[in-house]
Amino acid sequence: MAKKVLVQACINSESVEFLCEPRQSLLEVLRETLGLTGTKEACNNGNCGACNVILDGVLVNSCLVLAVEAEGREITTIEGIATPAGLHPLQEEFLNHAALQCGVCTPGFIVSAKALLDQNPHPSEGEVRRWLAGNLCRCTGYDKIVRAVLAAADSADRPIRPDRPIRMDGKVNAEV
Amino acid sequence: MQEFDYVPAKSIAEVVSLLSNDGDQSRILSGGTDLLVQLREGRRKVKLVIDIKNIPEVNELSYNSDDGLHLGAAVPCYRVCLDEVVNRVFPGLVDAISLIGGTQIQGRASVGGNLCNASPAADTIPALIVHQATCLIAGPAGTRQVPVENFCTAPGQTVLQKGEFLVSLLVPPPPPQFGAHYLRFIPRNEMDIAVAGAGASVVLAEDLMTISSARIALAAVAPTPLFVIEAGEYLAGRKVSPEVIEEAARIAQAAARPITDMRGTVAQRKQLSLVLTRRALQKAIERAKM
Repeated sequence: MAKKVLVQACINSESVEFLCEPRQSLLEVLRETLGLTGTKEACNNGNCGACNVILDGVLVNSCLVLAVEAEGREITTIEGIATPAGLHPLQEEFLNHAALQCGVCTPGFIVSAKALLDQNPHPSEGEVRRWLAGNLCRCTGYDKIVRAVLAAADSADRPIRPDRPIRMDGKVNAEV
Repeated sequence: MQEFDYVPAKSIAEVVSLLSNDGDQSRILSGGTDLLVQLREGRRKVKLVIDIKNIPEVNELSYNSDDGLHLGAAVPCYRVCLDEVVNRVFPGLVDAISLIGGTQIQGRASVGGNLCNASPAADTIPALIVHQATCLIAGPAGTRQVPVENFCTAPGQTVLQKGEFLVSLLVPPPPPQFGAHYLRFIPRNEMDIAVAGAGASVVLAEDLMTISSARIALAAVAPTPLFVIEAGEYLAGRKVSPEVIEEAARIAQAAARPITDMRGTVAQRKQLSLVLTRRALQKAIERAKM
């Protein structure tokens, strides 16, 4: 067996160390070593976008990144999108627009949309659709998803809603 | 995924040394959007993966009007597509590079990787050929340069010898009145592999009516990207007209030798070679006049 490698990375603003084999994908290590199971494995070959994470500011499929490549890099996963103060506007608007059904594609869509709004805070509908072309939803929810992203872009400057603080376990207080 | 060792190489010399020791069982990693899929599916067996992304030369993206464009082999597509200078000087290259995958793939996949993967359907290769791009290859005997049209030798096969790897692509500065375009046919709007593709470039004389030189290259209609040198030779010296463009497209169509597979038939690809070459030429000429 190839020797395990010690990798240091910054994941969701926290310094993290993990051991991995060179053959392990970042997706595998996020889910199985680090317990960050919000990032989903679906196609595992770069087609569907369910495993999207932001790597040094760039949207990538974590199934197509080796975990050893994460050395010294900054990674944002779906777990890093909300803050203890509340949900991210994208998450709020996905709820408001019922922009999900089974939910497997949702973390990828939200991370992907977050990467879009980070660099283009007010995208057109066409820009949203093109940006999200690499995220597949098989419950046929695209229209609601696009509307949710456009609504989040409009509300990005609004303060976080105090009636919906989230707990550290990720549950929304108002819904518990 | 199969087991392998991983080395994040720091210099060209280190890569050449690793490849020379273990060439048949090593593979270069840049964006990994082809390699990691091949490794996972067992289509390729390796013992060593050499990551070249930390080497400065393979990350270079620079342009000057004397030397042209230096495009490092590991520069991801998104960097090229966001580069203002490349967009202004080489819109015909950006046509092809921006077609590859969605946002997530653009963040990792490189033009150099698209070339080294040597798919007959690769979108960037015809675009590189019509821009007269050259491959800068490093190996045990030093560096050498190979025109892109001579790089691919068969599906998945290239001229790279033991110990060699692609460092960068060099695209000469376009002459005055130069225009280029690449387009492809796919059955949907986005995110697919070309049924056929065509790239064209022209240099017009000062009258903007006469073609001084032209290059045509096709994707997915032969075992390798196909440089149709005779179409360019036909166009050189002729005045722009619909008839002349049509004849060049017919020459490209005649050169195409496609197969029937899951993406298209021989007849469809032959027809596409004609139509796409015509459209690529029309747009290239339009750009040359701007």
